[in-house]
Amino acid sequence: MSDAVLDRLAVRFAELLPAGAVITDPVRLRTYECDGLTLHRAMPGIVVLPETAEQVAAVVRLCGEYDVPFVARGSGTGLSGGALPRTDGVLIVTSRMRRILEIDMPNRRAVVEPGVTNLAITEAVREQGYYYAPDPSSQQVCSIGGNVAENAGGAHCLKYGFTVNHILGLEIVTPDGEIVELSALDPGYDLLGAFVGSEGTLGIATKITVRLSRAPEAVTTLLAAFGSIEGGGAAVSAIIAAGIVPAAIEMMDALAVEAAEAAVGCAYPEGAGAVLIVELDGPRAEVEHQFTAVERICRETGAFEIRVAASTEERAAIWKGRKSAFAAVGRISPAYIVQDGVVPRTALPEVLAGIDRLQEEYGIRVANVFHAGDGNLHPLVLFDDAAPGEGERAATVSGRILDLCIEHGGSITGEHGVGVDKSRYMPKMFTEEDLDTMQLVRCAFDPRSLSNPGKVFPTPRLCGEVPGVRKGVHPLVESGRAEQF
Amino acid sequence: MDPELIKDCVHCGFCLPTCPTYVLWGEEMDSPRGRIHLMAQHVEGTPVTPEMAGHFDACLGCMACVTACPSGVRYDRLIEQTRAVVEREHVRAPGERAIRELVFTLFPYRRRLRALRLPMRLATRLRPFLERVHPSLGAMAELVPPPARPVRLPPRVHAVGRRRATVGMLVGCVQSQFFPQVNAATARVLALEGCDVVIPPRQGCCGALSLHSGRDARRFATRTIETFERAGVEAVVVNVAGCGSSMKEYAEVLKDEPGGWAERAAALRVRDLAEYLVELGPVAPRHPLPVIVAYHDACHLAHAQGVRSQPRELLRAIPGLELREIAESAVCCGSAGTYNLFQPGPARDLGDRKARHVLATRADVLVSANPGCSMQIAAAMRRSGEGGMRVAHTAEVLDASLRGLGARALGGR
Ligand SMILES: Cc1cc2nc3c(=O)[nH]c(=O)nc-3n(C[C@H](O)[C@H](O)[C@H](O)COP(=O)(O)OP(=O)(O)OC[C@H]3O[C@@H](n4cnc5c(N)ncnc54)[C@H](O)[C@@H]3O)c2cc1C
Ligand code: SF4
Ligand code: SF4
Repeated sequence: MSDAVLDRLAVRFAELLPAGAVITDPVRLRTYECDGLTLHRAMPGIVVLPETAEQVAAVVRLCGEYDVPFVARGSGTGLSGGALPRTDGVLIVTSRMRRILEIDMPNRRAVVEPGVTNLAITEAVREQGYYYAPDPSSQQVCSIGGNVAENAGGAHCLKYGFTVNHILGLEIVTPDGEIVELSALDPGYDLLGAFVGSEGTLGIATKITVRLSRAPEAVTTLLAAFGSIEGGGAAVSAIIAAGIVPAAIEMMDALAVEAAEAAVGCAYPEGAGAVLIVELDGPRAEVEHQFTAVERICRETGAFEIRVAASTEERAAIWKGRKSAFAAVGRISPAYIVQDGVVPRTALPEVLAGIDRLQEEYGIRVANVFHAGDGNLHPLVLFDDAAPGEGERAATVSGRILDLCIEHGGSITGEHGVGVDKSRYMPKMFTEEDLDTMQLVRCAFDPRSLSNPGKVFPTPRLCGEVPGVRKGVHPLVESGRAEQF
Repeated sequence: MDPELIKDCVHCGFCLPTCPTYVLWGEEMDSPRGRIHLMAQHVEGTPVTPEMAGHFDACLGCMACVTACPSGVRYDRLIEQTRAVVEREHVRAPGERAIRELVFTLFPYRRRLRALRLPMRLATRLRPFLERVHPSLGAMAELVPPPARPVRLPPRVHAVGRRRATVGMLVGCVQSQFFPQVNAATARVLALEGCDVVIPPRQGCCGALSLHSGRDARRFATRTIETFERAGVEAVVVNVAGCGSSMKEYAEVLKDEPGGWAERAAALRVRDLAEYLVELGPVAPRHPLPVIVAYHDACHLAHAQGVRSQPRELLRAIPGLELREIAESAVCCGSAGTYNLFQPGPARDLGDRKARHVLATRADVLVSANPGCSMQIAAAMRRSGEGGMRVAHTAEVLDASLRGLGARALGGR
């Protein structure tokens, strides 16, 4: 895209948007060059800060008119480069769209703008005894729009489900600038389901209706320290096998504990090879019953210390270490890569042993944090970016961890998304046909490939060919395995 | 701008939601993460552009980001270094320069401030005119509290009952001129808790204003250290959040100064009043004080010194007193030292926001441990037209309880 086009576009934007909502100064633009994954950077062509859905739609329509790609951004905490801007495009930032529009207590839902933070929703209804259930560790800052785009998860998603289970309706701006409502109650195709997790490739969410959940009657949080990861892993398997679904089961290894200690002084038991956090919630009687079982299991599987939070403060203290773990690693290492992979719970010990071998082979340290209940690993690959070659080695280790996950029947992402960072792994998980099918969905929403192009898919193959320009029939369609709509 | 300190930032964004300018404007360049990115750009060779300087100037230095950051980024050091660079490299418009000079030559000097009080009263009436000349002058006029009866403090106040400690007391430039009764209350509370209180009569400014604006504060620091060394005290108790936080930074400010200044600074045990009282433990009986209190976290106390629980603990221990929390308590009220003078627009918006949250508590008294915050929030509540709320310092509430004066003693401002 030539600069002249962007210049003209910026002028048109300025006519549509409030003063100060169009950014073209290079120094300012650069502050938007990356999200939480700083490895990938690109200075956006233009940044706009719209305040209403109509403004978003107008911006998107103008992008279409000038054939300029656009990328949505919420709070920029994504860890897969999903909000990586385009130098030849427009970054549409929702951080000024942060009004809570409606709280509908009788129907247990709230309607919010996309820039509202995850935690702000809970704070708005906490006094009434409700909360918004999905709780990514970044909940104080990540936007609900970003959560929808990434189908974000969190510690408590084991029991309560991911973002997709808590979204009742969406207003979106389609890639051709139309404002459309999607509802979980719509008959026909589950378009809402398709949009959640689409990483900004199917349009921009401008209004989100979320489910509000009733705060549980009782919550018990327990911290168990084990000599080794294996002990912790065995406890997790035994708890699940006993038919208990805790609200959360989180595990951290020794290195992750060390980082959290350095950052927030969480005072977890000393000498622990692994720390397990188990949270139980629900009706009081049930929680008490399950708690006895969990405590017994932890002892039987070798926990050498068990702590139980007696108050809200103590509960917060236990969680503090876990919630700060990612960023805390900054205290023990100059740089790191947060990996996100999934393995079947049963394969955990083997995968962890594999990660150990990789550490030795490459001389790179890996701290492990996981949502142990659903096998979602977050290995933190530590390196010194000033040491020559270490960054590359860390990247290799990080990549090989994903290979391990795939080998063991897992997935390349549990909750952080594919973005730009993992698109090249998609062919390892999916066949050409699988990817083509996904592309068909994409093309149905965004035939010109203007909405966050270059993300999720390794190569944008199909969209240039559909519709109209498209020659011949897609093999999937031809073979009757897929339909184009 | 130390590249090593910049590198500590992992770009996670956890600092965004409590950053007052991000709360106001929702843009990356006016968030801590964005400002650190701007610093990185400068380190990589981008000169200080007017846009860049604008985003640094807009930072309140409230340090909410330091509290929020899990990676331990020393934004406090970074912004101080950055402000010094901006002062050096960035040429300000003449009007702006004049206002800055005015503030820096007036505020750190008690005598000059005293001389200013009368003209400031006059200025209140001239506000519309001043507003037109320069918004900063308008802001200055709006903030001035009603005249205070001057309070003369003796150089030494003796402990009541058995002496448990001998402490020094900093009276503060703005505090002693506009809120002298707070200093009197502080001295009484300390004495009732068994402290001999030494109040050096010739103490100067602690240097907070300069330090927080990127100016040289070394002279203020060494003078203050000498003053309290001569006083022969075990600790220096400070009842102004901004002064306490800068005094706790003396060792850092003087680290390259020959003459062992850094060690001497470190030897000075500087404590906030609430922090000190909790460390000391209570002995004086508390009399009932049936009031509802909303406690305001001053940034220079909560974020810069990490003093959050102590004032609350002291207040809760007063029989009959009900303590209420203010929504968004971690977000700055917009006062931030000289900020409301240099950046009157955003300071006003933040003040209005804070006033709304304070009024929503429906408390009887707003308690704040910083004169800047007290003036700022009181002015915003007056503006709101929803009726004000009494404003008091933690020391005044304690004083009223310790002396059994009852709720009515928490008068006026
Ligand atoms: C320390 C840390 C901890 C984290 N922990 C978790 C965790 O526990 N669980 C988890 O799931 N994630 C976690 N994350 C990742 C991240 O916070 C989530 O992916 C979050 O959902 C991103 O939200 P955001 O507002 O920052 O989105 P951004 O990073 O700004 O954008 C993310 C993606 O969403 C798209 N997007 C943004 N807004 C919209 C919109 N309105 N409509 C359409 N598309 C949009 C963007 O184009 C991009 O592709 C963590 C991140 C950090 C830094
Ligand atoms: S000091 Fe305050 S205003 Fe400045 S960046 Fe930090 S949080 Fe924002
Ligand atoms: S919280 Fe700390 S590490 Fe994260 S972006 Fe802010 S300053 Fe950087």
